[in-house]
Amino acid sequence: MRGRNRWYALPYLLWVAIFTVAPMGLLLYYAFTKGGSGFTLVNFQKFLDPTYIKVLGRSLWLALLCTAVCLALGYPISYLLARHKHGNLLSMLFILPMWMNFLLRTYAWMSLLENTGLVNRLLGALGFGQLTLLYNSGAVLLGMVYNFLPFMILPIYNSLQRMDRSLIEAAGDLGANPIGVFRRVTLPLSLPGIMSGITMVFMPAVTTFVISRLLGGSHFMLFGDLIEQQFLQASNWNFGSALSVIMMVLILLGMGLLNRVGSNGNAEGRTIM
Amino acid sequence: MKKISFALCALLLCTLGMLTGCTGQSGQQVLNVYNWGDYIAPGVIADFERETGIKVNYSLYDSNEILYSKLQGGGSNYDVIFPSDYMIERLVRQNMLEELDYDSLPNAQLLDESYLNHPYDPGNQYSLPYMWGTVGIVYNKQLVDEDVSSWNILWDAKYAKQILMYDSSRDSIAVAMLKNGFSANSRDAGELAIAQQALIEQKPLVLSYTLDDTVDKMLAGEAALCVVYSGQAMMIMGDEQKGEQFGYVIPQEGSNLWFDGMCIPKGAKNKDAALQFINFMCREDIALRNVEEICYSTPHAGAYAQLDDETRNNPAAYPDDETLARCEVYTDLGDYLETYEDAWTHIKAN
Repeated sequence: MRGRNRWYALPYLLWVAIFTVAPMGLLLYYAFTKGGSGFTLVNFQKFLDPTYIKVLGRSLWLALLCTAVCLALGYPISYLLARHKHGNLLSMLFILPMWMNFLLRTYAWMSLLENTGLVNRLLGALGFGQLTLLYNSGAVLLGMVYNFLPFMILPIYNSLQRMDRSLIEAAGDLGANPIGVFRRVTLPLSLPGIMSGITMVFMPAVTTFVISRLLGGSHFMLFGDLIEQQFLQASNWNFGSALSVIMMVLILLGMGLLNRVGSNGNAEGRTIM
Repeated sequence: MKKISFALCALLLCTLGMLTGCTGQSGQQVLNVYNWGDYIAPGVIADFERETGIKVNYSLYDSNEILYSKLQGGGSNYDVIFPSDYMIERLVRQNMLEELDYDSLPNAQLLDESYLNHPYDPGNQYSLPYMWGTVGIVYNKQLVDEDVSSWNILWDAKYAKQILMYDSSRDSIAVAMLKNGFSANSRDAGELAIAQQALIEQKPLVLSYTLDDTVDKMLAGEAALCVVYSGQAMMIMGDEQKGEQFGYVIPQEGSNLWFDGMCIPKGAKNKDAALQFINFMCREDIALRNVEEICYSTPHAGAYAQLDDETRNNPAAYPDDETLARCEVYTDLGDYLETYEDAWTHIKAN
């Protein structure tokens, strides 16, 4: 970055200044003030209420659960896709729903799951009783897994796809059984993909909102909903900003932790940060 | 590389251009109208555009609080907004509304005087009423075979997971306050705590906290009881196929009587066009088209006179004086608002 090349960074710097640094500054300003007062921690004190802690705990728990389910579903799918000769085409099919707006897809789940919805009508036609599918934590989890699963599949698929096949053959030639090959060659080599997948699912999952409102009937307030409510309903920007700051710190800590684990496997795991 | 940075610069400039807002291409006047969802007759905007040559940007909100936070955020330059009584009071208190210029509003005199000069805006300096209504319970007669007369039915375990509450702090807290015999405008911490506790206890019975989707869910038979605004009740009961199944009650403990006004927010870019629009909305034929479409109650004397007998005599839309006497208009809570919002957050988060 010497001489005139330096100027190439200008648009990027401008972008970062306007859309990252400035909003962050505002957020911090609101978080540490109240009604135009000077520096105060009162917004953070307010968060120490057990109700708000409970919301945070619920968000973390659901996000962890969602990440775990996505990993459990995503890894085998990616593995099969990577070995399939039309893998690229098939993996495209997983991204296809993402071309539609996320809200629309969530609304679609609503009409599928409600008491008079498609699933229940089908069950009724088959002679089964009606199930309450909507407005419980299961529905929220389903909505999250459905929306975030592609973010798990894609990085894992990529890492498996790029893997050097001869390593697997070599492991086999050297006498490793299929389980051994997977455990000692395939899995470690796909670890960067797993790490990216976990990051890309956990982050949006822990900050998600709207899903819990639509599929959970506003019964399961998540941290994202709490922040949204402070800004849009309660017009308490100071408390909302403080909550956002808390969330960011938690995510940063989590990512740092994950990075340490990930970097033991492969340096590529860092690229997501 | 050069191409990329050029492209990035161009992108940045475009974004900045978008952020600074559109001032109307080719010199055409643009009017930004911010209204509730389902709150205007189709074609009214197009007619206004055709008659005046002003282009209307029409956007929607679903609660007074969202309207307020958009205004508070600035940068949203709306010209005409439709806040309710207590929100008008709050916006006036915080100096966020323009005074109306009655020289440009000749149609204002067509409004029925009994809907003017209310405490939320004495002398209607800042607002003209657009619609009014009440809050009550809509029940599905096929699922509820008892007389609905009290808010208490929303706490009846018999209807567990068949109740829809309104996802709005003021309206839900009001229901709990009134049920316990308190005022919907109470600033008593003890009373608010009782209301909060009641709503937390009610939570397991509630199917969902909804907004504009209440009508669809009731018609689909998803729930037996719901808290709604009177116009939504009229919409449900007016449904051609299933409307007969539903009834609307303003509970005996009293309820909320509300007025939605038309206002111009402070700093509106196009005040003249905004006044033209408000005047247009007060024109008899337009007021009639709107009220016939959206089913709320009109403060327009001429439009009311032209409604069919069935609607004018419908107690859901035009309750008798005795019922209205039991109803309270929300007032601006001032400093106490944060306490209400915190209570609501606790209810929702619990």
